Amino acid sequence: MTSKRVRFTFPQGLIKEPVIYRLGHDFPVITNIRRADIRDDVGWVILELEGEEPAINEGLAWVSTTGVRVDPIGGDIIEG
Amino acid sequence: MPHVECLKCRECKSEYPIEPLNACEFCFGPLEVEYDYTSIKKSVSRRNIESGPPTMWRYHDFLPVDKETSVDISTGFTPLIHAKNLGDALGLDKLYIKNDSVNPTYSFKDRPVSITTTKALEFKFEVLACVSTGNLMGSVAAHGAKAGMKTMVFYPASLEQGKILGAAVYGPTMVAIDGNYDQANRFCSELADTHRWAFVNINMRPFYAEGSKTLGYEVAEQLGWKAPSHCVVPGASGELHTKIWKGLQEFQDVGLIAKSRTKMHLAQAEGCSPIVTAFEQGNDHVLPVKPDTIAKSLAIGNPAAGPYSLQVLKETGGIGMAAKENTIIDGIRLLAETEGIFTETAGGVVISSLKNLVKQGEIKKDEVTVAYITGNGLKTMEAMGDFVDPVETTPDYETFQTALATHQA
Repeated sequence: MTSKRVRFTFPQGLIKEPVIYRLGHDFPVITNIRRADIRDDVGWVILELEGEEPAINEGLAWVSTTGVRVDPIGGDIIEG
Repeated sequence: MPHVECLKCRECKSEYPIEPLNACEFCFGPLEVEYDYTSIKKSVSRRNIESGPPTMWRYHDFLPVDKETSVDISTGFTPLIHAKNLGDALGLDKLYIKNDSVNPTYSFKDRPVSITTTKALEFKFEVLACVSTGNLMGSVAAHGAKAGMKTMVFYPASLEQGKILGAAVYGPTMVAIDGNYDQANRFCSELADTHRWAFVNINMRPFYAEGSKTLGYEVAEQLGWKAPSHCVVPGASGELHTKIWKGLQEFQDVGLIAKSRTKMHLAQAEGCSPIVTAFEQGNDHVLPVKPDTIAKSLAIGNPAAGPYSLQVLKETGGIGMAAKENTIIDGIRLLAETEGIFTETAGGVVISSLKNLVKQGEIKKDEVTVAYITGNGLKTMEAMGDFVDPVETTPDYETFQTALATHQA
């Protein structure tokens, strides 16, 4: 088992979609929300994922295909 | 570090001991160093700072490391220049340039990296690491060499040769990542989780960020112990903006300068301006963007300190300004042609934004204004393009006179 901390950013059209529910339902991954802010036009969720590494990676790849952006929680670390 | 109390979460305010941690265990919010300002106030004075070394280490009471063990390559206390010629061109009487491009590795990054390297030795890390596309890699490599640490520098394989050489010369292990920006970003985040390395802006981020405060202290001291009316700061992660403000506030809190109403303006390039976009739209969300700018040192699409930079803009009445891509080189040339300072593209963004702030009436003629120039132009020569139009002549006086007259016509 391993864990990953990620941030999902939802565009307006996906705010009402149960993406996190489906991630936990369709992949063997435990989702644990720590902080979130959802508005009418945009939303973000910071969460921890637990599971086997391949399952987490497959789950995150699926989330990306939905149009939800997936980032590490610390933002971009490549600096100029 | 007698005045340091703990690390504190910027979101839920949970406290942690001083360790190489960067995220709160409860809410995953970023951590920041917390100080005992009562204790600092008792031990600092203008006189003892003025008698300190002509480097950033004269402010050691405000830093989260012991000065006795500092890894110092003579960083800081860079010139604050009264920019009379540029001021005349823009219509400002009291314009100053904080020229941080003259640091040892030619950018402000030497400030946070000096703190981080010192802290990494305190934590007994053996490896210093970073992932970078420019200024940061050179600074980490130089400080790693000075500290005698094993140093790992990660960079996208497509990076220009000049930038690679600027870090490789200090002897680190250079790791070229064959992947796109997002893949490199994710890969290095995961490496930081699995290796006990001091990744300067990941697990060491709370300490790293503190180094930029010294750019606030120096300006206040160099202005005769006063805060300016306006600061114009380049924006990438947004951390430099928040920390210069933190530095000015700390000096006020301990009584070294009077209370001021400095407006902290933020300058981003139009091709990567997530914080400015949020500011203009009145949002407190910063939505990530895909960078597409010639200002590579500001190309952070998902800025870690974006929300905090927005708070500083709101709190101080500052303006978020995006410089149009086609004005960045104009900004570089204007600074070079008026003040003899050759800055990199981030400096071009600052000068272009400053020009717009004056044009919009946000900065008045007689207000003390400081523009932060954070990197040297020799680092981004490729961005300048082919603008040189020489007088072409054979080596005889008559031909030269004719060619010169034609050129000037």
